[in-house]
Amino acid sequence: MSEEMKADLELDLKGLLCPMPMVKVSQNIASVAVGGTIRAVATDPGSMADIPAWAKSTGNELISAEKIDGEFVFMVKRLK
Amino acid sequence: MPEEEIQKKKKLSMVVMSGDMDKLFGAFIIANGAAAMGSEVTMFFTFWGLRAIKKDVRTGTTFFGKMLGMMYGGDIMKANPSKFSFMGMGRWMFGKMMGNHNVAKLDELRDLAVTLGVKMYGCQMSMDVMEIPQSAFIDGVQEPVGVGFFIAEAEESGIQLFI
Repeated sequence: MSEEMKADLELDLKGLLCPMPMVKVSQNIASVAVGGTIRAVATDPGSMADIPAWAKSTGNELISAEKIDGEFVFMVKRLK
Repeated sequence: MPEEEIQKKKKLSMVVMSGDMDKLFGAFIIANGAAAMGSEVTMFFTFWGLRAIKKDVRTGTTFFGKMLGMMYGGDIMKANPSKFSFMGMGRWMFGKMMGNHNVAKLDELRDLAVTLGVKMYGCQMSMDVMEIPQSAFIDGVQEPVGVGFFIAEAEESGIQLFI
């Protein structure tokens, strides 16, 4: 599903470990407009728990979190 | 007079007393994570924790102070692990292992925390005792405070930690 959607920003978080994937998403969310989306690809399995938690805690929307070919692909939408 | 109800904020207040490498990793990873999640973060550095916000400069005015400045000198990169220290061997080994796994270095994590707006304070009393002046700290460290300030910060914080 995330493959079909075109994100406003692509983030390559491969190779980064905790807490960096979440920090990078957080640092970049302000660079898309409200309603805009980020597609982030990470290799840290911990990010499958952290990025959804980040979205919940910051009031942004997690559209999808999927494991694809050993990578973790996230679509998040800026809500505020 | 009834006590005022204290409103807890989305805020993390942390005492960093340890100067151990592993504990400092924990402290700064938590601080960065909380800041990324939109939380205010206050870090209060005391005793062995003071070196974590220090530049690599000599400190001490009295004989004992200078001795401490030599034996516990340097900056955050001199932090040894709390176990398997082996006179610096452990630091080297963990440094290698973390590098191999692409974990950010301690000074990078600390500087990132400053960038993310984490507020860092030295404890005035332990700075006096250990003869470490404010000028020995890295840029971005706030003016020294005492326990009253920390308690007031902690009171309004949803999360409080002691490391």
